[in-house]
Amino acid sequence: MRINLVVNGTARSVEIEPTASLLTVLRENLSLLGSKNACEQGECGSCSVQIDGKVVCSCLVLGAQADGHEILTVEGLAPAGQLHPVQEAFIEHGAVQCGFCTPGLVVAAASFLDRRNSIPEDDEIREALSGNLCRCTGYGTIIKAVKAAAER
Amino acid sequence: MQQSSIASEMEVFTPRSLDEALRIYADRPDAVVIAGGTDLMVQVNFNRLRPAAMLNIAELPELRGWSVDGATIRLGSAVTFTELMEPAAARLMPALSEAARTIGSLQIRNIGTLGGNLGTASPAGDALPALLVNEAIVELVSLHGRRSVPLRSFLLGPKKNALAASELIAAVTLQTGGRQTFLKIGPRNAMVISVASLALRRDKSRGILRAAFGSAGPVPILVDGDPDVPEDFPEKVAAAASPIDDVRGTAAYRRHALAVMTRRALSRLN
Repeated sequence: MRINLVVNGTARSVEIEPTASLLTVLRENLSLLGSKNACEQGECGSCSVQIDGKVVCSCLVLGAQADGHEILTVEGLAPAGQLHPVQEAFIEHGAVQCGFCTPGLVVAAASFLDRRNSIPEDDEIREALSGNLCRCTGYGTIIKAVKAAAER
Repeated sequence: MQQSSIASEMEVFTPRSLDEALRIYADRPDAVVIAGGTDLMVQVNFNRLRPAAMLNIAELPELRGWSVDGATIRLGSAVTFTELMEPAAARLMPALSEAARTIGSLQIRNIGTLGGNLGTASPAGDALPALLVNEAIVELVSLHGRRSVPLRSFLLGPKKNALAASELIAAVTLQTGGRQTFLKIGPRNAMVISVASLALRRDKSRGILRAAFGSAGPVPILVDGDPDVPEDFPEKVAAAASPIDDVRGTAAYRRHALAVMTRRALSRLN
């Protein structure tokens, strides 16, 4: 079946498998490999994208449900060649080790900070990112990075 | 009963109005209804669910939003858990709002719906205890018309509800009043299916002391107590449970946990 959606600001028309999740559509049909497939159950958050400004697990969205909506993936967080403040902060604070969780975390953190007009407490950051798992860092540097990005 | 089919043959219907949805569903009672998809998509992703058709009800304006009429609140089945955490909802529906906060993660809450919790009818559904203590009534709709079913009668067993063929959950209404709270026990403060959960409501002016708990029986269970003798309530709640041993915990632990949670809820409301 065909779906029409806007991905990172660009209108796309794609022929997809009806049972495909949005994650599959992004990776397989649109070659946007930034969003990762780790659990396919909405547990790890590595597939996080924004739909109409809301952060969701793209593995839990049926591709057909994305028809008519605006998707933002990690690739679209900043113009080509530039970095989003959250991405910069992650690099500065050593919040990236293997990098597998990083796209999902960055998308979730960016969405969280977009909705805030005050500096979040550590607990609030933890709660906002509770849907993203990291096996490498122990989260300490991630929390610091998000806080630093908020302070910008 | 499930029809199997090859992935590429599955039809997906995305109606834009409730009327259209009901017509399609009447025509295709075999269609699997999908809204937030936070439960269903796991089954689809792992090839455990391959329906001949899916009915995507995520674009129906009639199911969105909630409204207040005196002490009655009507919530569309498409209301998400994120919406239930907003300040206005938290003020009017504190137990439900607190329950919403314990569900999944931000990603899950942004698309997970109240209708999904109702339709799945899991004994662990976190919204269900809070709805039960607030006398929730489920509004069902089909091409034949509307009917209302008290939530207690809607939940028939583990993952069994009273929906008839081609019937959708349109909304749920509840009665506010009194002080209320919600607690949940699990191995983590996010992303867990509850080991035990509890909503408690106390409304002295109406002589109500009421609790509903999840994950300690085939359905969430409602218990009424004497608001003048709250100290007896924790044992009464624990005694009302019929928990089982399962992968998440033992029956004995759940029964004990319910008494503890009731005590904590009562002291929270003091």
